[in-house]
Amino acid sequence: MSERKKFNYVNKNEIKVDGPSILKGKPVYTDDFDFPGALHVVLVRSTYPHARIKSIDKEKALKVPGVVEILTYEDVPQKIFTKAGQGYPEPSPYDSFILSKKVRYVGDPVAIVAAETVNAARIAASKVNVEYEKLEPVLDFKKATKDGAPVIHDEEGTKDIYDPSRNIASHYEMEVGNTDEVMEKCDYVVEKTYHINTQLHAMMEPHVSISYYDANGRLVVITSTQVPFHTRRILSMIFDIPIRKIRVIKPRIGGGFGGKQAVHVEPYVIAVTLKTGRPARMIFERPEVSMATNIRHEMEFKATVGASKDGTIKALSLDGLSNTGAYGEHALTVFMVAGSKTLPLYNKVEAVRFRGDVVYTNLPPAGAYRGYGAPQGLFALDCVIDELAHELEADPLELKRKNAIKEGETSPIFKIMGEGTEGVEQIVRSCKLDECIEKGKKIIKWDEKINHKKEPGKKVRGVGCALAMQGSGIAKVDMGAASVKVNEDGSVNLHLGATDLGTGSDTIMAQIVAETLDIPVEKVIVYSSDTDMTPFDVGAYASSTTYVSGNAVKNAAEKLKNRIKEKAAHYLNTDVDNIEVKNQHALNKENGEKISFSDLFTKLFYTFEQEQLMASASYVGNESPPPYLATFAEVEVDLETGKVDVLKIVSVADCGMPINPIQARGQLEGATMQGLGWALYEDVKYDGRGRMLTNDFFTYKIPSRMDYVNMECYLVDSYEPSGPFGAKSIAEIGIDTPVPAIANAIYNATGIRLREAPFSSEKLLMEILKNEI
Amino acid sequence: MKIKLTVNKKAHEVQIDPGEMLLDVLRRLGYKSVRRSCDSASCGNCTVLLEGKPILSCITFAASVDNCSIETVEGLSEKEELHPIQEAILETGGSQCGYCISGLTLTIKSFLAENPDPDDEEIKKALVGNLCRCTGYESQIKAVKLAAKKLRGEKR
Repeated sequence: MSERKKFNYVNKNEIKVDGPSILKGKPVYTDDFDFPGALHVVLVRSTYPHARIKSIDKEKALKVPGVVEILTYEDVPQKIFTKAGQGYPEPSPYDSFILSKKVRYVGDPVAIVAAETVNAARIAASKVNVEYEKLEPVLDFKKATKDGAPVIHDEEGTKDIYDPSRNIASHYEMEVGNTDEVMEKCDYVVEKTYHINTQLHAMMEPHVSISYYDANGRLVVITSTQVPFHTRRILSMIFDIPIRKIRVIKPRIGGGFGGKQAVHVEPYVIAVTLKTGRPARMIFERPEVSMATNIRHEMEFKATVGASKDGTIKALSLDGLSNTGAYGEHALTVFMVAGSKTLPLYNKVEAVRFRGDVVYTNLPPAGAYRGYGAPQGLFALDCVIDELAHELEADPLELKRKNAIKEGETSPIFKIMGEGTEGVEQIVRSCKLDECIEKGKKIIKWDEKINHKKEPGKKVRGVGCALAMQGSGIAKVDMGAASVKVNEDGSVNLHLGATDLGTGSDTIMAQIVAETLDIPVEKVIVYSSDTDMTPFDVGAYASSTTYVSGNAVKNAAEKLKNRIKEKAAHYLNTDVDNIEVKNQHALNKENGEKISFSDLFTKLFYTFEQEQLMASASYVGNESPPPYLATFAEVEVDLETGKVDVLKIVSVADCGMPINPIQARGQLEGATMQGLGWALYEDVKYDGRGRMLTNDFFTYKIPSRMDYVNMECYLVDSYEPSGPFGAKSIAEIGIDTPVPAIANAIYNATGIRLREAPFSSEKLLMEILKNEI
Repeated sequence: MKIKLTVNKKAHEVQIDPGEMLLDVLRRLGYKSVRRSCDSASCGNCTVLLEGKPILSCITFAASVDNCSIETVEGLSEKEELHPIQEAILETGGSQCGYCISGLTLTIKSFLAENPDPDDEEIKKALVGNLCRCTGYESQIKAVKLAAKKLRGEKR
């Protein structure tokens, strides 16, 4: 804790640096940029879940006035790749084409239509006549590996698919100790199966891209992405264009939640620009956002927990199946995170096992989504421990608390499981889970409510809790870089690759520079995510930005500070050790002589030891310090209808030292509400042919203001020694807990254990009727 | 066909397709604050004020507002100063990605004109049509209360 001090600009609620422009409605999002003469692009999409294309007749479509170009698989490079934007080489299988001869889900792109107006493109797209040879689809992920199941990826040239002939995209297994043996010796063993449905990101800004040639003939792509540098690399590969001829610019982004961690739009506009030489633009319609980008991986886990009479958890096992849909974007890594970011929480076990398959189906491709597998894994893990508590007649909160990881401890899983690769050994340097629990249980009044006698009546109440952990970036994989340079007025430009998708990362990076150099935040000019103008960064995912990019920014600013001190020492004729940087000045501590930054920087430009002071730094985490979370839910169940009302949900997190407490808490609040929607009513449904029925906001219900419940989110006092100014991550963890906490609360209220999420009224009512409650 | 439209007190005469939606016409005229999200009257992101009342521009035929007066967020901040509602949203963290904010700001403006001192329930009901996926609504409810205070001339 020695590094802790009073901060001037960090741990302050600075308003967002991009806030005023957004609030004023300035043209800041991709679709706001006008390009005269741009072609509008619309995709023809498959109407079958699984089919081979026999022929595509463009003739009628080409006659639509305004239509300029129609491209099919015969007109675009047939390079196999993965749409997933992750560290390279990617752990995801290469199983996708820009356009393929075969379609694998309802919505799979079949042809690219470019026209002078969006209406002309839409009309033409509807007139493209595609003849299919229908193939039998796999629509139930539990049947994907059965003998005789249709093979979804039978094409040539795929790479790193675990077993294409059995529709297994990826497989993973690990074991510490002998789980079966330890289980046998346990006094109590609980084994249950939990299923959790997919979820839609439902970010407000649809996926959108614009491509054009600049004056020098370089290809520029403005795009709504979380991964600009991965996007450039992928586009270079699939179109065989040198990296130096591509520039990817990420402007303001209207939300992502993982849904923009893949190249969903860019290849299709680029194909048009390459063919026609003209700017091309496309914004997805809402149903396309829902059913033709990425969704969350549906998963099922058989969870087993073994414990002794005194409530010591001795063994844990998660045996899973994950549904990656038609393509394997993030297939392996999301599945691994279901174990790697949940099981270390209960680190006192003698044996622990995690294994399973990720399978293909003819449903929309799953991909990255806030939590990245951890919420699916935690639903099973937390609930099975809750069920164990009932067997032991113990307080579930105390059982979880007693077995949970503590500061100074470790888990062998940190080393065994990374993302796609081995992980990294680490000791937990900051864990204030106990404080989170204490604060949360007081607010929800846990002790008086957990064992309360049920009142007779039509409505019953109950409480539930769930504990969670996540990570802060992928250790030894994720790299972020930043550069800083000074200006005559004492201001500093910060250029960084990190990708602010609405989370506020540009703002907290400005705060980190401001704190390091002791200059006001408004004197830090942030420019991020432009592959020509900013250094590399993997992008916004894996809860990496605050920790990985934040450390890069801090290191760059530290280096710059040292250069400033050096020059100030020369100017003030003293030793560099005597120089202190304070309140926009360099100061000689010995005699109080000082020079303002603006003076010094101006002199350095024009009259004194002329030099542009600048510095850069890169950062790769040696570890991935987990944030921690305790969530408490109180529900009221209507026994006549099965309706669940969440009366209160309390989430208390340890995210280290929040750089911007309001923004950090906002991440927790948003994630909590997104998790609450998923727990209760966000439910994806398909028709008998695999077409998503819930592809808009009428049919797929995200929480509205009337669903807003009494939600309280807090951050406890914590400090992560390896983080920038003590910070860890916060953006994902909040979505891990609402589903299990609400499941546990429903059980506490009714005695009914729902093991299939979401917990719709219909499902619960059927159980109420069956159990005659 | 041609229509006359007053946007933020500025008169426009604009050629439109009879089937064109107000959302498309406004964006074409350069009012990019009007955001397209669901394009089917379910999210509120494209909300503008028609004679002071919030409407969804994605399902309003441009032809139907001939000779009408429209207000968008561009008209809210005079001389680049933020409107008190905008200040309140920023100060409470009510804007994360910001994509829903234009529609929300205008709905708040119209609502607070009618109800300058609302409680939580009234706020939720009045703004139910404006979806936000980022904030979980907590900070936006705080924002409306703070904005109301500011507009009533009270200190925080």
